[in-house]
Amino acid sequence: MTVEQIVSEGKDQFPIGMRVLAVDDDPTCLLLLGTLLRRCQYHVTTTSQAKTALKMLRENKNKFDLVISDVHMPDMDGFKLLEHVGLEMDLPVIMLSANGDTKLVMKGITHGACDYLLKPVRIEELQNIWQHVVRRKKKDRCNSGSKDKPHPDSGEDAGIGNVDNNGKLNKKRKDQNEDEDDERDENGHDNEDPSAQKKPRVVWSVELHRKFVAAVNQLGIDKAVPKKILELMNVEKLTRENVASHLQKFRLYLKRISCVANQQANMAAALGTADSAYLRMGSLNGLGNFHTLAGSDQLHNAAFRSFPPSGVLGRLNTPAGLGIRGLPSPGTIQLGHVQNSGNPTNDLSKLQSFVPGNHNTNILQGMPMSLELDRLQHNKSVGHIGELPTTDSTTVFPGSGSLVDARITGFSNNPLLGVTSNSLMLEGSSQQATSHTSVSAIGFQNGNALSDFTLIAPASNQLQDSKADSQGQASLINCNAGQIIRSAPQEWNAPRKDAPYQSHALINSSIPINSAMIQLGQCLDRNNSIFHRTTDLDSVGPLNFVDPLSIKHSEGDNYIMEPSVIEKEGYLMFQPRPHGSHVPDNTGSLKDLASAMMKQEDDFGCNGYSLRTSI
Amino acid sequence: MERNPIRRQLAIMRQSLFDQGHVDEQFVQLEELQDDANPNFVEEVVTLYYRDSARIILNIEQALERKPFDFGKLDAYMHQFKGSSSSIGAKKVKAESTLFRECCKSGNGEGCMRSFQQLKKEYATLRKKFGAYFQLARQAGPVETASRPK
Repeated sequence: MTVEQIVSEGKDQFPIGMRVLAVDDDPTCLLLLGTLLRRCQYHVTTTSQAKTALKMLRENKNKFDLVISDVHMPDMDGFKLLEHVGLEMDLPVIMLSANGDTKLVMKGITHGACDYLLKPVRIEELQNIWQHVVRRKKKDRCNSGSKDKPHPDSGEDAGIGNVDNNGKLNKKRKDQNEDEDDERDENGHDNEDPSAQKKPRVVWSVELHRKFVAAVNQLGIDKAVPKKILELMNVEKLTRENVASHLQKFRLYLKRISCVANQQANMAAALGTADSAYLRMGSLNGLGNFHTLAGSDQLHNAAFRSFPPSGVLGRLNTPAGLGIRGLPSPGTIQLGHVQNSGNPTNDLSKLQSFVPGNHNTNILQGMPMSLELDRLQHNKSVGHIGELPTTDSTTVFPGSGSLVDARITGFSNNPLLGVTSNSLMLEGSSQQATSHTSVSAIGFQNGNALSDFTLIAPASNQLQDSKADSQGQASLINCNAGQIIRSAPQEWNAPRKDAPYQSHALINSSIPINSAMIQLGQCLDRNNSIFHRTTDLDSVGPLNFVDPLSIKHSEGDNYIMEPSVIEKEGYLMFQPRPHGSHVPDNTGSLKDLASAMMKQEDDFGCNGYSLRTSI
Repeated sequence: MERNPIRRQLAIMRQSLFDQGHVDEQFVQLEELQDDANPNFVEEVVTLYYRDSARIILNIEQALERKPFDFGKLDAYMHQFKGSSSSIGAKKVKAESTLFRECCKSGNGEGCMRSFQQLKKEYATLRKKFGAYFQLARQAGPVETASRPK
């Protein structure tokens, strides 16, 4: 049923016959869920395998309206599935779990879930889930329509320019859009333009995203405007609009990443970030640091700034389903949330903010980084790599977790939010302390299948190869968001809660001031590898973007994407967690990009910067 | 009150399940899903539950034999088990699972063992009760269950 239909027929008919895909490995729960849904008069398809679910979804993107999935599943982490669905199909996803921990819920949100239900599920709750479908469709229409309209602050067109402004503006714009949409809808649903109709979605494959990131890098994050990017990419059938929305998401992602870094770092505060904008995101608890991300550095500024703080959160805002709405910027909130002590995931998000030293414990688990970060922070505002919405506890870098989360949230709801926390996770060599270049891996995932995490490598990457080896430069690592996300989600759920993952994630340490962007690259390439691989999501920072630079697999544990976010120039450096978590080398395409950047990665073992995604 | 003696007995049995705290409100939800199209729904779900959860119980038992305890794993298993149990409304079992998880979180191995023993007891008791209940229910034939208007 299309939205148009809904509108014209009135909403009365709509919920009936809504096509739901239910995924849960527990047969008892699945049977119950299926029956409940049928009782609500939805059209239900059930499966106990996440992989099967994905396959079904991929076969026909228009086959389902909504997905409900359990969080803990043996074959694939629910969050990962969430990411995939968000990226590739952009369908609303509702998470289901017996565990109602705030952190977990937060993680769901950051990963882009529309809602988070607790088991046992009651029929009353299911009777209202159709709202998520309508909301999303409305938003999609708005977004597509609004693209054609001049925006007060057109992030994508304006280029990264005022990142901060963009952030704010974007948020406003988004709100405006939503308002506009409401009005439009109320007016009888006449599409402002034909594009309001459901158009075939562009799937941002790894390859495509890589091209995109390459183009953005080439142009410079400040100058990257959709038109030029489109020209550089030279892809058939890609419209400026597609690129524009992707860019917007990407920026959000970057912002989110940076935000996460901010969070991480209590240090961030110390850093005294320049970007208040990012901070805005901040409802994050204690995050404040975001702006640190924003830092002065070019890269981060550029990269991160571009993401409007709201961007990251934006997603959260829009989808809403979750109560998170209240958060000022979903992205930011996430970061704030990161505070959890010892919550690895949170750490990650915090890391985003650059992993300020203090979080080290959390995030990096032992990564000494904090100091480094502080320094970096000061220097640059490592700032905000996008606001990593990973407020979710998982988002905290701790390994893949945080980044991923950030990521996830990014996309599921907002097409804009490309920034997926995941992407950012650059794993700097956690171990590396000092001097590692900050990896600003900004992987960002678009809801629209932006699976790539692209690291936005600030122009100035000065990777300090010397020390860090790892990523000296933050190169944009295109991580396929999808991939990363996939991996990430998996990781996230790692039941391993105790995994120390977190620590790595961010910044371990040395935040290389110069370092350039960390290439997240890796992340994208490998789907799973990136984030999840690490056994514990916890540990692996959110974005296990495999930074091409240093993606190294640390064997054993899943890749640690520890993004050691080192903010040197504003890049988030993710220090790869040397221990255990291994970062999968997803580096597929990203790797190429990243490899250039990251050189030393191997030295560190986990490679400081590279996102290690363990596959 | 049911005129039919079997049904009356069934009602009594059912009530005692609630009174004794074996099942909670969620069980009522299951009952509400039972209708003409799905006449044995409750029994089906419960049967499925026991079949599937037996596997988890076994996993936990095996995990408890390995020392030192892998609390993370134990917690994960129990989380799964708890999810199922709460879905059918198995109140006591669910409560015991929560205790077990808390022991896992605090690394209390002894507590885990004790809690698990208790849990198995509750689990077995409930199974017996359900067995008797459903057997009677089948004898009684399709029962009209009150369903709230949707």
